[in-house]
Formats: sequence, C-alpha cells, structure tokens
Amino acid sequence: MSKRITYDDGKGGYQTQVLIKSAAIYFALILLTLICLVPLWILVVNATKAHADIISKVSLIPGTHLFKNIKTLRTNTLYSKFFNPLRGMLNSLIIAGGCSALTVFFSGLTAYGLVVYDFKLKGPAFVFILAVMMVPTQVTAVGFMNLLIQMNLLDSYIPLIVPSIAAPAIVFFMRQYMLSSFPLDIIEAARIDGSNEFRTFLTISIPMMKPAFAVQAIFAFIQKWNDYYTQSIVLVSGKKEQLTMPMMVQKVISIDRSPDSGANYAAIFLSIVPVVVIYIILSKFIIGGVAAGGVKE
Amino acid sequence: MATAAQKRIKSVSYAKYGYIFILPFFVVYFIFSLYPLLQTFILAFHANGGRTNLAFVGLDNFKTILATPAENDFKAMGIHDTFWRYMKNTVIIWVGNFIPQIALSLLLAVWFTDLRVKMPGKGFFKVVMYMPNIITAASVAGLYLSLFGDSSYSVINMLRGCNNPELGVEPLKIITGVWSARVLVMFIQVWMWFGNTMIMLMSGIQGINESLFEAAEIDGANSRQTFWKITFPLLKTIMVYTLLTSMIGGLQMFDIPFMLHTGNVINENIATVAVFVYQMFHKNFAKPSFGYSAAASVILFVITSILGALVFWVQRDKDAMEKAKKRRQQIKEAKRRAKGGGFSI
Repeated sequence: MSKRITYDDGKGGYQTQVLIKSAAIYFALILLTLICLVPLWILVVNATKAHADIISKVSLIPGTHLFKNIKTLRTNTLYSKFFNPLRGMLNSLIIAGGCSALTVFFSGLTAYGLVVYDFKLKGPAFVFILAVMMVPTQVTAVGFMNLLIQMNLLDSYIPLIVPSIAAPAIVFFMRQYMLSSFPLDIIEAARIDGSNEFRTFLTISIPMMKPAFAVQAIFAFIQKWNDYYTQSIVLVSGKKEQLTMPMMVQKVISIDRSPDSGANYAAIFLSIVPVVVIYIILSKFIIGGVAAGGVKE
Repeated sequence: MATAAQKRIKSVSYAKYGYIFILPFFVVYFIFSLYPLLQTFILAFHANGGRTNLAFVGLDNFKTILATPAENDFKAMGIHDTFWRYMKNTVIIWVGNFIPQIALSLLLAVWFTDLRVKMPGKGFFKVVMYMPNIITAASVAGLYLSLFGDSSYSVINMLRGCNNPELGVEPLKIITGVWSARVLVMFIQVWMWFGNTMIMLMSGIQGINESLFEAAEIDGANSRQTFWKITFPLLKTIMVYTLLTSMIGGLQMFDIPFMLHTGNVINENIATVAVFVYQMFHKNFAKPSFGYSAAASVILFVITSILGALVFWVQRDKDAMEKAKKRRQQIKEAKRRAKGGGFSI
C-alpha cells in the first residue's frame, strides 16, 4: 500500500474530513433533487390513474389509465371545447419553431453586419441595441395591444412570430461570440474567390457559428413555447383551433371543481412532455448555454 | 500609375452591406417594439375608456395611481388601492423569493466548484436542478394547484386525511390564505429559478483564478475562510448583477401570480404590478383602461431604467476608467507646469 499523506490538525485526518463533508453535501443534493422531482413524479403518477384512485389515496406508483385520461380530454365537452392536445402542440410548434428560426437567422445577420462591416452608424446602432436590451415586454404591452388593434392583427400568428426577427439580447450574445471566435480573414478570402456578401454569410459564417446558433435556437424555442403572456394578449378570442399549449392548460386549471382530476393531470402532463424531452436530450447544450450567457463579458 | 480598373477596385466600399444586414432588425424593432413603447407613453397621458379620440389629460392617470385620490371618487380610489396593493405584493414576493434563492444558489455553486469535494454525478444534479426552469409556467401553476390546492382532494389535504369524511379534518386553504399563498408563490419562484442562478454563479466562480484557491489551501485556509476571503469578494460584481437583473425580472413577475387560482377570479393576495397592467388593457376584462395601464407601465419603465443603468454602472471597466482619470490628471499637471515656467526645479 502506498503511503497516505495526512494533514493531522487534531480533528481527524484530512481525508476523513473531506469524506464527511462530501457525504453531507451529497445528502443535501439528494434532498434538493427530490424537491425538484417529486412534484413532477406525482404529476406523472396521477396522470396515469383514474379519478377514483387519485382521490382515494396518495401514492407514488404509476397506474395504467393514461390513455383513458387523454381520451376523456378529447370526449368530455368540458375539456374538449378548448383542449385538443395535438392541435395545441402543433400550434405551439409552429409559433416556437418559427420564432426560433427567425430569431437565430436574423440575430446572426445583424451581428454579422455589426462585426464585419465598417459604416458610419455602426457605433450608434450597437449602443441602441444595448440600450433597449432591458426594456421589459410588460412595458410595451399596452402599446403593443393598441398596435394590434390599429393594424387589425388580433387573433393572428403574425404578431407572435414576426417580432422575433428583432431580439436585442441575442444579437448582443452573437456579436460577442463572433468577436471572440470568428476569423475575419476568411471573409476576405471568400471575396477574393468571388463570393458575394450574402453567400459568404450563408455558406461560410453560418456553418462556422453553428454552436452559438444551436444554443440560441434551443433557448428561443423553449422560451417561446412557454410564453403565455404574449400569446394571451394576441389570441384574445380564444378560438380552439388557435390556442397554444400553455393557453389550453391555463383554461384547464381554471375549471372550478373539475369532475375528473385524472384528466386534469393528464392535460398538464401532455403540456410538459415535449419540453422535458427536448431538455433531456439537449441538456448538455442548455446548461452550457446558461453558463455562457451568465457572464456577459 | 494606377489604371482605371485598379482605382475602381480600391474604391469598393462594403459599408452598404452593413446597413443592409442590420436593416431587418431595425425595421421590425421599430414597428413591433419601439412604436408600441412610444404608444404606451402617449396613452399614459390620455383618458381611459374607448380606443379612439381620447382626450389629453396630462398627469391625471399618474396622480390617480400614485397620489391618494379624493374621498368621494370611488373609481379612482379603487385603481389607486389596487395598484398599491399589487405593488406591495410584488415587493413582498420578490424579497421572499430572492433571499432564499441567492443563498441556496450560492451555496450550491460553491459546493459544485469546490476542488476538494469529490462528487460523481455532478452533471446529473445540475440537469435536474435546472429542469423546473424550462417547464411552462401554466403547467407549474396547475401542478402546484393540484398539490397545494384548497380542495379536500389536493395532495397536501389528502395526506392530512381530508378525503375521508369520517375523520372530519378541515382542509387547509393555502391558495385563499393571504400569507400562505404568498409563501407558496415564493417557493414556486425559488423552485423554478434557483438552478438558473446557480449555474450563473458557478460560471462566475469558475472565472476566478484557480491558483488563488490552491494558494489558500496550501496556506491552510478552511472552506469558510476560502469562501469569505476569496470567493465572495471576487464574486461581488456578478452578485450585484444578479440582484439587479432579478429585480427587473421581479417587476415583470406575471405567470404564476396570475394563474395560481381556480375559477376565473384573480387571486388578489398574490397579484403583481404586471397583473395590474395586464388586467387594465386586456380585452377579456370588463372595461379596458388603457390610460391607467399605460401610466403603470411608464412607472415600471422608469424603475427598470434606473436599475438597468445601475447594471451598466456596476459592470463598467473600473481599471480602464482609473487609467483614463490618471491620464487626465497627468495632462493637467503637465500643463500647469508648462504655464509655471522656470520657477519649478
């Protein structure tokens, strides 16, 4: 056995101390993990049980009633008058997917313009983007509503998707990324080879910026999928064919004294499945992206 | 001598592409964000009610919201009271969620970055702790309503035996209670956001030069000393940044306070300023009062701008500013000396 180095300070060996500390930390982490997961687990369990089972006792073992609960959502008019999971998911997918694509493409384009070219208004344009980065959605909401009324855009997907072209915070992030890891010489080389500016952007800079594009696309997608606020402002009439997943869930949870809590749980369950699946598959990217965005320097 | 062709090539300017590339951003931003922002400011100074030809009323909306209205003006009184009640809720819920959240996140961030602690499965814990943040707020509200709802069949009340009428246990009314509902919202906010804050603080700690920690360990510093003498002082900037952005976020807190109730009546004990703004302009609520809504938005805008300016001030490059200041002083000194002529030795 090799010699063990110990720093004896009278309170037991160094190694023992580290071991005790690690054990205590582990215990706390497991506790927090449970706090994070138990509510979600109860949701999964109750979504798979019949109403009678749910209200008779609390249990942590899943049942087999999930498809019946989903069927209730589709057949019972109390739910089906506004809840249609496939429709809701499709609508949310159109909005979140469209926003995500537009945001990433145009933020990349704007950042590219600000980094690669020299022009008179470059400085002021960047200062403007910095200044408006922190204007909260809530502050512009009244004016936004007024604009929608004036332009007759209520109950339309245009005001939900098109504004994603202008995302100041993402432009800022992409600009920082380009400044730190995009070699400008390559553009010069492309010019000499006869590529025009747009083609250079599309075929050279986008592939080189893939990591930044991917992270921002995922974030934009999740954020827009979850954006109840804007959706509820725009889709005021609440037509079932137009509703998104969060709006449908909001309507389900505001039912007073729901007759079938299994169906309620199933509705919530269905709304979180897509995001959780995406999250688990891409979690490495997402956690890395949060860390990178944290230090905005 | 340059030929004509060479001259032409030399004068190729790419500046116009810069404008073309940033144009879509600015066009869309002006239409969908800047114009609405200006509209909000204009509406704030106009009367409430219909949507066209509103009369200019100056600062009346602000007066109604901020100052105590006359005693017989019941409508103004209602608006004033609601705004301040919601403002109070916002502040209470924000404070009650921020303090535990930052403490917990900081502790976890220190643990996760501690070189001494051997910790397999770090990645797993991070993934789990960030997960609540990506779940739709509407679903989170629904989930917590079924866990902590007022009905006899919510999970908490069933655990107390309320679903068995023979026991005769009264169900807990957490959602309709004033403080219990607030605490629940605080808990949900912490639950949703601590993972995010933790990861941000972790990347802050990882930015600190590792050799400082090693030096401290060799000098025999224990974990507590390392934290208070190294980590905490060097993390101050990012902590202040987190504080201010969290304040800005807190002013916008909407989803959970708006949705944590059954039925169609908003829970007034947890409603925030953002809910006030929303209620006042949304078509689905009795009478749209764009003026009050806009005035409240402007108030929020002013507070946010101050906080935002503070963020920039905190993040400014101190060294660069110090150097610039020194240089100015040196120039001044040099000028003074030059003026003084030959008197100085």
